[in-house]
Amino acid sequence: MKHLKFLLVGLLFGIILSKGEVISWYRIYEMFKFQSFHMYGVIGSAIFIGIFLMILFKKGIIKTYLGENIRVAPKRKGFTRNIVGGTIFGLGWALAGACPGPMFILLGRGAIAMSIVILGALLGAFLYHAVKNKLPH
Amino acid sequence: MDFLLQPWPWYITGPMISLILFLLYYLGKSFGVSSNLETLCALGGAGTFLEYFKFDWRKNSWNLVFILGAVIGGFISVQWLTPSAAVVLNPQTIQDLSTIGFENAGANYLPSEIFGLDAIFSLKGFLILLGGGLFVGFGARYAGGCTSGHAIVGLSNLELPSLISVIGFFIGGLIMTWVLIPILF
Repeated sequence: MKHLKFLLVGLLFGIILSKGEVISWYRIYEMFKFQSFHMYGVIGSAIFIGIFLMILFKKGIIKTYLGENIRVAPKRKGFTRNIVGGTIFGLGWALAGACPGPMFILLGRGAIAMSIVILGALLGAFLYHAVKNKLPH
Repeated sequence: MDFLLQPWPWYITGPMISLILFLLYYLGKSFGVSSNLETLCALGGAGTFLEYFKFDWRKNSWNLVFILGAVIGGFISVQWLTPSAAVVLNPQTIQDLSTIGFENAGANYLPSEIFGLDAIFSLKGFLILLGGGLFVGFGARYAGGCTSGHAIVGLSNLELPSLISVIGFFIGGLIMTWVLIPILF
């Protein structure tokens, strides 16, 4: 199967976020309560190393396994879409205690309730595209 | 082996997430989980209702396989790698949760008050789970990314749109945690 490598990277991702307790509702709650450094440390250190990776990608020092240059797609500009979309996302993130990755990891851990959260997330993505022409961006 | 069974501190977990970022770009792809929501909509036939979802989901099948791997990773970790799912919390956090009716905070990864069977099969509990997911899905696609695409990749790439999005994540998260959760529970 040509996608086997992505299955393995995903598997590693699931184990990392489980072991780091990033998938725990409580870790998200305490982050927004400013009562623990854990999540700030996780995201901050990931970004810190990520900054160096991006520089190495751009300078062409790290290439893909096929020897091609790595190009990181720029994010869409627009204040409204990012601040309003981000705020809506944050409301859901703090309530469900899970962003899209952890939803699936928790499902694999047997948290049946996550199937309802995932259903909601799919509905939300669908709904956005149904109404996006009427929204400011 | 002992290290594998203990919860990992932030300074292991964060760099390991960077490793995932590296691996996906090294393999010629990108790191963004929430785009899978759109791919799954397309796969599920949402194209019948909306033109947008008529794209060929197969071009993103690698990302679906990635997320399938994450499900299996979750299964492996619950079976063999996390003998205890207790989360060590700040006593203040436990007390704060107790005042809004959350008992045994930290006994497991997820509070039974939101994710337990009693909650799932009550109308209010069901709507909270569905609504939480709906906000995540809607917001992520409106902003064009979630924690992986905006917070990790976007901020690493010093993207202004991602900084604005992450500020939004916090505005929403703070409103939910400080204002709405005490009202909802």
